[in-house]
Amino acid sequence: MENSLLSLLIWLPIIGGGLVLLIGNDRSETVRWVSVAISVLVFVFSLSLWTGFDTTTHLMQFEEKASWISQFNINYHLGVDGISMPLIILTTFSTILVIVAAWEVIQHRTAHYMAAFLMMEGLIIGVFSALDAILFYAFWEASLIPMLLIVGIWGGDNRVYAAIKFFLYTFLGSVFMLVSLIYMYNKGGSFSILDMHNLNLTATEQAWIFWAFFMAFAVKVPMFPVHTWLPDAHVQAPTGGSVILAAIMLKMGGYGFFRFSLPITPDASLQFSDIVIVLSLIAVVYIGFVALVQRDMKKLIAYSSISHMGFVTLGVFALFLAYKPDSAEGALLGLEGAMVQMISHGFISAAMFLVVGVLYDRLHSREISTYGGVINSMPKFTGFAVLFAMANAGLPGTSGFVGEFMVILGAMQANIWYAALAATTLIVGAAYTLWMVKRVFWGPVVNDAVNTLSDINGREFGILALLALAVLIMGIYPQPVIEVMHVSIDHLLNQALTSKL
Amino acid sequence: MTIESLNFFPFDASSLLVALPEIFLLSAIVVILLLDLFLSKKFKQATYYLTQFSLLATGAFAFNLIGHDPTVIFSNSFVLDDMASVFKVFMMGGTMLAMVYSRQYLTVHGLFRGEFFTLVLLAVLGMMVMVSGYSLLTLYLGLEILSLSLYTLIAIARERTDAVESALKYFVLGAIASGLLLYGMSMIYGISGSLNISEIAAFASSSTLDSRETLITNFGLVFLVIGIAFKLGAVPFHNWVPDVYQGSPTAVTMFISTVPKIAAVAMLVRILIDGLGAMQPYWSDLFMALAVLSIALGSVVALMQTNIKRMLAYSTISHIGFIMLGVATGVVTGYASAVFYVLAYVLMSLAAFGIIILLNKKGFEADLISDYKGLSKHSPWFALMMLIIMFSMAGVPPFIGFYSKLFVLQQVISAGFVTIAIIAVVFAVISAYYYLQIIKSMYFDETDKEMSISAPMDMQLVLSINAVLILVVGLFPDYWMQLAISLF
Repeated sequence: MENSLLSLLIWLPIIGGGLVLLIGNDRSETVRWVSVAISVLVFVFSLSLWTGFDTTTHLMQFEEKASWISQFNINYHLGVDGISMPLIILTTFSTILVIVAAWEVIQHRTAHYMAAFLMMEGLIIGVFSALDAILFYAFWEASLIPMLLIVGIWGGDNRVYAAIKFFLYTFLGSVFMLVSLIYMYNKGGSFSILDMHNLNLTATEQAWIFWAFFMAFAVKVPMFPVHTWLPDAHVQAPTGGSVILAAIMLKMGGYGFFRFSLPITPDASLQFSDIVIVLSLIAVVYIGFVALVQRDMKKLIAYSSISHMGFVTLGVFALFLAYKPDSAEGALLGLEGAMVQMISHGFISAAMFLVVGVLYDRLHSREISTYGGVINSMPKFTGFAVLFAMANAGLPGTSGFVGEFMVILGAMQANIWYAALAATTLIVGAAYTLWMVKRVFWGPVVNDAVNTLSDINGREFGILALLALAVLIMGIYPQPVIEVMHVSIDHLLNQALTSKL
Repeated sequence: MTIESLNFFPFDASSLLVALPEIFLLSAIVVILLLDLFLSKKFKQATYYLTQFSLLATGAFAFNLIGHDPTVIFSNSFVLDDMASVFKVFMMGGTMLAMVYSRQYLTVHGLFRGEFFTLVLLAVLGMMVMVSGYSLLTLYLGLEILSLSLYTLIAIARERTDAVESALKYFVLGAIASGLLLYGMSMIYGISGSLNISEIAAFASSSTLDSRETLITNFGLVFLVIGIAFKLGAVPFHNWVPDVYQGSPTAVTMFISTVPKIAAVAMLVRILIDGLGAMQPYWSDLFMALAVLSIALGSVVALMQTNIKRMLAYSTISHIGFIMLGVATGVVTGYASAVFYVLAYVLMSLAAFGIIILLNKKGFEADLISDYKGLSKHSPWFALMMLIIMFSMAGVPPFIGFYSKLFVLQQVISAGFVTIAIIAVVFAVISAYYYLQIIKSMYFDETDKEMSISAPMDMQLVLSINAVLILVVGLFPDYWMQLAISLF
């Protein structure tokens, strides 16, 4: 089993999703239990990735390889390193949460809902573990299908618009990636991602390929100015959809920069790093202000997601300026900070969307103005909500702080102004998050309905407690996670700094 | 002078074996036609089963000939090679599927007549002649057998004015296309002195071609390309496609839109690649232009359609563009990518029309996109099948439509046309929008209207297998790609 662990992680949820479809919508109780069993099983299996992981090498581990399409030398090639492994565990973890979170909420076509999430889990694990470019692309695109359906079927009033916009935006971004992948295949004769890392490309080729990748990944992250699909998709998506979208799907974009852009087009990444940094800073600062004025809680969190993901791209592309020949520390901090930020954002955004979901399930409103004084009727819930809000604002001791702090330190080595601008998020982020907390949870009760709210039940408590634990552990002792990725990041840094020209 | 040399028609009985599928099918057509006259109403279904049996047997004979040494018979006018046999097998399979899907439709709409089946079989025979044609005349003969059968098939719904109108439109435009093709053939014949494909090839590739000969060959070539583009429905010769698709009875639309495309590609291969391969630099440019125009127009105009048959017509035009793109690369693997694409297209298109027919009832054509509202509720299984078909047509992995596009794009980029590839993928994204409209209708829209599926089990089963194949072949496309490459 050791040798086919990744295949198991990919296909178990996909086949399990098929099984859930067969059980059918009529037997929703069975569907729920089977789904949760499958997701827990996948999570448990994914933990053996962590325990069996060798942190001393940057080489791919748990590798599997079989010929798939011999005509193009395309292989079913899987493997993980320190960059992809934590993201896979994040995926399996988040899937359990959304399945449990849907327990009573999704009464409409339960089997389809659960199957969509399970299949999406498998496909996303495929994205993170594929080492063949076409395999990667197939998983990448295929994962759009369940998300499209989730937003379109179980979403809000304007769900059709949001679902189609989401699909077309990402689809448009990724076809350019496909063209550049084929281009590199024609040049190097291999679709293997690792071969592409070593492929020699001229400066012009790198520039084109860089921008093709950038289209795909920037849309997914999403970066300013191609972020507009995200608030729509988040607002319309059901809670579970928002959670997966924010916690995992956005990470696919960040992962793309790590796996493709930096190692394949290092010179172009250097050349255009300023542009990316500026776009990231716009996301961090400007989108932060946009979040401040939102009336809809989900929209606010969506914008805050964009702002936080700006740190990821900032950390990645600041490395070229932060790197000093005598010390790679700044560059490493930026890259590792970006990774930590991705994982931490996975926890925090999931938690924030679940918090909104809990309120939405009770009052069917996402408007901030509907609420006020929720603490009076939901004290336990408010405790969690405030903790996550603090984490979102980047309070030390929570995971939100670690990533942002590392990226800011890295950016400091690059340019003090970058760091200063990025650091404003600590103020703006605190402003929009805490202001929302103030208006929703504290203050007088403006709406009679708020008085009738019942506090979270055991199930909701469990989910939020798990996330709270994750946020705190990552905040207090992030060392294990950093250790796992350290060697891989170090290797990536070398690749990014080695010119191909 | 011996008797032998006087032999006007050198005849060798063993050579008949090579044409066994055609001979069998022709005999079967005659038998079915006669039998149908004498069958009482009670046994009308027998025609259907006999048709299926004939197709199956013909396909089996053709399958048996795969791997046969390439042979040219009948005074160098009929060729048997692997491409011919493989295409014939696929054409039989496609037609059998189409017949399974058609039966219910024909019964419901009062079109279940023996003539329908004999005409379809005749069309198939015409296509087989096209696939095996090795002289311009044989190719033309096959094309006309096909076209005349198709005109009549459309008009079989003679009470429907739109069907008669499309039959007439198809006939007039098809006749013009045939005329253009014939004119081009006469030019080629005039300058090369032969109708035979291999002799034309020898002429076109001879190094002694002077500028006058080149000019006239190219002149003829242009007409041949136009004729083929007409038959394929490539822009700007596409005007008949949407009207004919919409006006014809859906069962006939399904047939027209699928199997004959294989034959058209075969004819293209025979004339342009086998015959005028030496002129490839000339026709490649034409094809590239036609392909890009088709992809662009097909993708954009389909956005505005509310009728699903019309939408699929434009979608076909865009798929034809991709097929022509593969041909335009001018390399062997590029041709193979076009063949792979056309086979994938036929599989998808059959399934798509199969779903339309499945929902079809008396007085309810199910040909509006809004007719699909709420399908995922009433029939989650077939909604899922349609979802697979639509995503496959849009080129989303892991369905077969993605790999066919991948194959073509890889060839196009490898031939150095990166810009063309980028244009093609951008339009592929645009076209995704209208495929999404159907998915939206099925999954996101609610309706009070009751929908029930009354199609016979055999059709439901075959249709499901057909749609699932789109996924399965998508997961394991290797064998089919190898097959396409082995044909050249």
